[in-house]
Amino acid sequence: MTGSEFVPLSLVPILIGICVAVACALPGNFLLLRRQALIGDAISHVVLPGIVVAFLVTGLVASVPMLLGAAGAALVAVAAIEAIRRLGRIEPGAAMGVVFTTMFAGGVLLLEMSDTSSVHLDVEHALYGNLESLIWLDATGWSSLWDPQALAYLPVELPRMVAALVVVALFIAVFWRPLKISTFDEGFARTMGLRTGPLGLGLVVVAAVAAVAAFDAVGSIIVIAMFICPPAAARLMTNRLETQIAWSVLFATLAAVIGYVLAGYGPLWLGAQDSVSAAGMIATVSGVLVAGAALVGPARK
Amino acid sequence: MIWDALLLGLGYNATLVTLGAGILGIAGGVGGSFLFLRKRALVSDAVSHATLPGVGLAFVLMVALGGDGRNLIGLLAGGAVSAAIGLLCVNWLSTRTRLAEDAAIGAVLSVFFGFGIVILTYIQTMSSGRQAGLESFLLGSTAGMLQSDAMVLVLAAALTLALVLILRRPLTLVAFDPDFALATGRNVNRIDLAMMGIVLAVTVVGLKIVGLILIVALLIIPPVTARFWTERVDRVLLGAGIVGGLSGYLGAAISAAVPDVPTGPIIVLVSFALFMLSLLCAPGRGVVSSVVQHRQYQRRVHLRQGLLALAQGQPIYERLTQRLMERGGLMRGDGVATDKGRVHAAKALLDEARWQVVRSDQAYAAAALRYDGLTEMSSVLTVDQIRDIDARLPAPQGVTP
Repeated sequence: MTGSEFVPLSLVPILIGICVAVACALPGNFLLLRRQALIGDAISHVVLPGIVVAFLVTGLVASVPMLLGAAGAALVAVAAIEAIRRLGRIEPGAAMGVVFTTMFAGGVLLLEMSDTSSVHLDVEHALYGNLESLIWLDATGWSSLWDPQALAYLPVELPRMVAALVVVALFIAVFWRPLKISTFDEGFARTMGLRTGPLGLGLVVVAAVAAVAAFDAVGSIIVIAMFICPPAAARLMTNRLETQIAWSVLFATLAAVIGYVLAGYGPLWLGAQDSVSAAGMIATVSGVLVAGAALVGPARK
Repeated sequence: MIWDALLLGLGYNATLVTLGAGILGIAGGVGGSFLFLRKRALVSDAVSHATLPGVGLAFVLMVALGGDGRNLIGLLAGGAVSAAIGLLCVNWLSTRTRLAEDAAIGAVLSVFFGFGIVILTYIQTMSSGRQAGLESFLLGSTAGMLQSDAMVLVLAAALTLALVLILRRPLTLVAFDPDFALATGRNVNRIDLAMMGIVLAVTVVGLKIVGLILIVALLIIPPVTARFWTERVDRVLLGAGIVGGLSGYLGAAISAAVPDVPTGPIIVLVSFALFMLSLLCAPGRGVVSSVVQHRQYQRRVHLRQGLLALAQGQPIYERLTQRLMERGGLMRGDGVATDKGRVHAAKALLDEARWQVVRSDQAYAAAALRYDGLTEMSSVLTVDQIRDIDARLPAPQGVTP
C-alpha cells in the first residue's frame, strides 16, 4: 500500500483509534483498581440521552452542545447512582443498573418520538460509531502532513480526541501521587489529609470527558472495551502501577492498530468484498489480549 | 387505543406479545431477586450483551444451510449458546485470575458485544439471506412479529416462569445465606449455576421483546423496587414478580397502542416509574417515610430537652422547642410552665436522675447501654429495679417554678 492511499484513508482513523484507546485506558487503570470498572459502562450508556437532549434543545447536530449534553448526562448519572445508593441503601451495582438502563431507555424513546430522521443521529451509530468514515480527503500522500492547506481539512475528531487525551494525561500526571495513594489505601490517604471524595469524582469526570470525546467518533462499545480490557490485561502482567499503565497503553495501541487493520483488510484477505466494523473489531482484539494475558500473564493469579 | 391495548383488545398478536411480556416480567423479577440478593446484579449485563455474537452467527449459519435465517428459535438458541460461553468467561476470569468480578463483567460484555457488531456488519454485506433486521434485537421490537414467533415467546416465558417457581426454595436459601446452605449439605455451586440458567433464559426470551441492551433492567429494577417495601425474602420475590409483571404488561400494551415506539424502552421506563414511586413512598425505607421518622425523632429530642430545661428553671430560647412545648400545652407563650408542663418536667428530671444512678453503677452496665437521653427507664428496667434505684437517689429538692 502506498502513502497516497494510506494517508487519506487509514491514517486518521488509526490515529483517532489510538487516541481513543489510550485516553480511555489511562483512567481505566485507576477505575479497575478501585473496583469501579463498570462506571465506564454506565457513562457510555447515558451519553446517548445527553446527546439527544442537547440536539432537541439546540436543534443542531453540532459538536459543542452535544459534548456539553453528554457530559451533563454523565454527571447526572453519577449523581443519580450515588443518590439512589444512599437514599435507598442499595448496593452500587444494582443502583448503577437502575440508572443507566433508565437513562438509555429515555434516550432511545426521545430519539424515536422526536423528528430526528432528517439528521444523522441513531442508536446504532451511538453504539458502534463509524470510525471508517473519518477519512482525510484532502491528503494526497505523506507530504500532506506538512501541507497547511490539507491539514486545515483534517477531520475535526482527530484534534478533539488529541485534546481529550492531553486532558486525561495531564490530570493523571498532576494528581499522580494522591491518585495512587487513594487508590491503594483510601483510609491512609484520608489520614494524610487528602480529599479523597473530590479526587474520586474528578477521576470519574475525567473518564467521562474521555468517553464523551471518544463517543462521537467511535461509538460507545469501543469506549467500554478500552476502559476495561487494556487495564485488565495489564493488571495480569505486573504488580507495579507504573508498569501496569505502560502495559495498558501498549495494549490499547495494539488493539487499535490491529483491530483497525483486521477490520479494514482482514475480510479482503479472506476473500470477502467489504470491511467490517472497526470499532467492533478493536473491541474483539482487546478481548483477545485479555484472554492471552489471563492465560500466560506473569501476574495472573 | 391504550385502553384497548391494556384490555388485550388489539388483535391476537399484540395480545400474545403483551401476555408474553407480562409473564417474562414476572420471571425476570423473581429470577433477578436471587441475583440482587447475591449482590451480582450486573452479571446479567454481561450475559445479555454476550448473546449478540450468538444471534449473528446463528443467522450466518442458517443462511449457509440454505434457510432465510429468520427462524426465531434458531436465533435465540444461538444467543443462548454464546451467552453461556460469556458467563463461563466471567466465572473463569473472576475465579482463576486476580481480576475482580466487575472487571470480568466489563471485559466480557464489551468484547462479546464488539464481536457481535463485527458479525452484524458482516451480515449487512452478505448478498444472500433476507436482510434480517437483527438490529431489532438491540432494542427489542414486537411490531410485525409473526404469530408463530409470538407463540414461541409466550411458551418460553411461561417455561422460564415455571422453572423459577420450581427452583424457588433452594435459590432463596442460597441467596439469603450461602454459608448456611453449604453447611446443610446443599451444592451451592450447582444452585448458583441454576440461578445463572434462569438469568440466561430470561435474557434470551427477552431479546426480541426488550432487546439485549435493556433486558438487564427487567432483572435489576423489580427486585430493587420490591426491596423498599419489605425486609422478608419471600415478599421481595412476590413484590419483584408483581413489579416485573406489571412493567412488562403495561410496557408492551402501551407500545402496541402507540406506533413507532420500541417496546424495550417503554417497559424499562414503566418499571422505573414504579421504582421512583417506591423510593419516595415506601413505608420504612422510602424517602418520605425516612424524613417523617427523622422529624419525629427530632421532636422527641427537643421536647425532652425542653422539659429538662423547664424542670431546672432554665429559660428556653430555641424556637422549635418553644413551639413544641406551647403546642403540647406544657408552656405558655411567655415561657412559664403550665401545671401539665411542671408534671411532665418533674417526670423527665426524675427519669434523668435515675439514669445517672444506673450509668454510674457497674451492676446495671447492660441497662446503661440503652441510655440515649430519650428512652424511658420503665421500658428497660423492672419496677423492683427502679425502686432500688430510687432508694439511692439524693433527697428531693423543691423545683423552682
